[in-house]
Amino acid sequence: MENNNESHIVPYKTYGIILSVLIVLTLISVAVTRIELASLTVFVAILLAAVKSSFVLIYFMHLKFDNKLLKALVAAVFILIALVMVVTFLDYNYR
Amino acid sequence: MSNQETETTHVSFRDVKSKYKGIFAWIFSTDHKRVGLLYLYSIVSFFVVGVLLGAAMKLELMSPGKTIMDPQAYNAIFTLHGVIMIFLVVVPGLPAVFGNFFLPIMIGAKDVAFPKLNLLSWWVYVVGALVALSALFAGGGPPDTGWTFYAPYSFKTNTNMLPAVLGAFILGFSSILTGINFIVTIHRLRAPGMSWFRLPLFPWTLYGTAWIQILATPIVGITLLMIVGERLFNIGFFDPALGGDPILYQHLFWIYSHPAVYIMILPAMGVISEIIPTFANKSIFGYKAIVISTLAIAFVGYFVWGHHMFTSGMSGTALYTFSFLTFLVAIPSAIKVFNWVGTLHKASIQLEAPFFWAASFLFVFMIGGLSGLALGALATNVHLHDTAFVVAHFHFIVFGGVGFAFMGAIHYWFPKMWGRMYNTRVATTGWIFFFIGFNTLYLPMFFLGIDGMPRRYYDYVERFHGPNIVSTIGSWVMIAGIIIILVNLIRGAKYGPITTNKNPWGGKTLEWEVDSPPTLENFEEIPVIDRSPYDYR
Repeated sequence: MENNNESHIVPYKTYGIILSVLIVLTLISVAVTRIELASLTVFVAILLAAVKSSFVLIYFMHLKFDNKLLKALVAAVFILIALVMVVTFLDYNYR
Repeated sequence: MSNQETETTHVSFRDVKSKYKGIFAWIFSTDHKRVGLLYLYSIVSFFVVGVLLGAAMKLELMSPGKTIMDPQAYNAIFTLHGVIMIFLVVVPGLPAVFGNFFLPIMIGAKDVAFPKLNLLSWWVYVVGALVALSALFAGGGPPDTGWTFYAPYSFKTNTNMLPAVLGAFILGFSSILTGINFIVTIHRLRAPGMSWFRLPLFPWTLYGTAWIQILATPIVGITLLMIVGERLFNIGFFDPALGGDPILYQHLFWIYSHPAVYIMILPAMGVISEIIPTFANKSIFGYKAIVISTLAIAFVGYFVWGHHMFTSGMSGTALYTFSFLTFLVAIPSAIKVFNWVGTLHKASIQLEAPFFWAASFLFVFMIGGLSGLALGALATNVHLHDTAFVVAHFHFIVFGGVGFAFMGAIHYWFPKMWGRMYNTRVATTGWIFFFIGFNTLYLPMFFLGIDGMPRRYYDYVERFHGPNIVSTIGSWVMIAGIIIILVNLIRGAKYGPITTNKNPWGGKTLEWEVDSPPTLENFEEIPVIDRSPYDYR
């Protein structure tokens, strides 16, 4: 069915840049814990983790080169998890 | 598969020579049909154990006070009954048995996308089951928390929690592996011409289920590990004394466990969507509406978990939201029921055992579904929460829904799976016993619950005695039905008349075009699809 068998060679330079970005984001996620963000602490931690995993999905797992259906499915998963969190915080934020 | 193996066309998959002998030819086989049957035998074995534990509970409840066991034994037995039935029987049930056996055939494929991963999922299932059941035999005694492992009790009880929790954690991986396999199989291995809207409805429901399996199961896995961390290292996720929140456990647990109900019921709906058009000899009414309802149930089903927690102390905003969403998810379920009934309208119906199971599914599923709305409404929930009413509702959906669909599926696909036929008259007799026993067992629990009888108590006040006697007698009638059904199917598989007709019921989906039992790779040539899957009239 949805065949997309073309090979894509990504230069090492791109992988190197993404690796650097991931390391920087990791350092930021550690550094940010020193700042008092109150109720935004969890949100910021999850946001940084989501950005990092997006880079991994797009570049390391080649989602960039996949067809639209697969991209849409991955996007739907992110939206679903985000909605689950929003609904959970309807409890915690309104107690 | 090697070329040598493809030459074995017209040889049943059971008779194909393997490099392994005896039982090893089964437990090391990557053939999707053998893996499906391995799951069938494992699941039916655990089902029998679960039924016996349930029967013991009903026997205890036949009269007030101690009847056959003390309170601690009762607590352990309802926990084991729940853990076995949920994690070992109903969650894997239809996808692992009939999904594995029929998904590739129904989409015109030779096997699932990852056959070795498929076999691994069964091995992981067996390991998980053994770890969970080891809780019975190690020191401390079987767990007594109920299958929900609610905090804070689950990290305070002295019973054997760790093996049960770790077993459930391992079983989750089996579920995820099956889900990944099915999604890739449906995306990549559909026969030429089989567009998404020519996909039969059972594979559609497996597709929706598979997404829930891979997205929701990790959450319960992590939650169960948090329980382990809480017990071993006193971290304080859920312990209020350490700054934790026990309600967080309930959120995390039900974020998985409510979608898990849809892991159970969606494939059951798929089976019913296969049986009804075949026995009505009529195209399914509203194919696209059923497909969209399947996806809608899978999606909205993620956001209704809070209805298990209406009395836990959640915020008012969360209460209203979860109640609204719960009513919303009833809509696509009702659409499906209307579609099945619409299919039966002016149909020429064959009254055979699979149809009896499908028709009675509609009956019990409606009772289960509508009683669910009473629990989804905030005001009535406060009265009914943790009463026998919930137990009745749950069993009408999960045992009535999934159990009836499982029985329907095995009677429907039996001639294809074994190439033999069971005694149809005995099959109908078994269904009558089961149906009467089932309703006699669970209907009184609705009235007991409304009257205030709590669940998970081994004792009750005198005024609950009458309905409990009726309920216990119902369990005996239902077990008589199960014995009749099992003996008939086992006899049929061994000694039943060989079916010469590939298509004894007149079905239109692809499994009825292949040999009975199918060959190793199902098809001599991959079929080209140029019609809808329910092309009757």
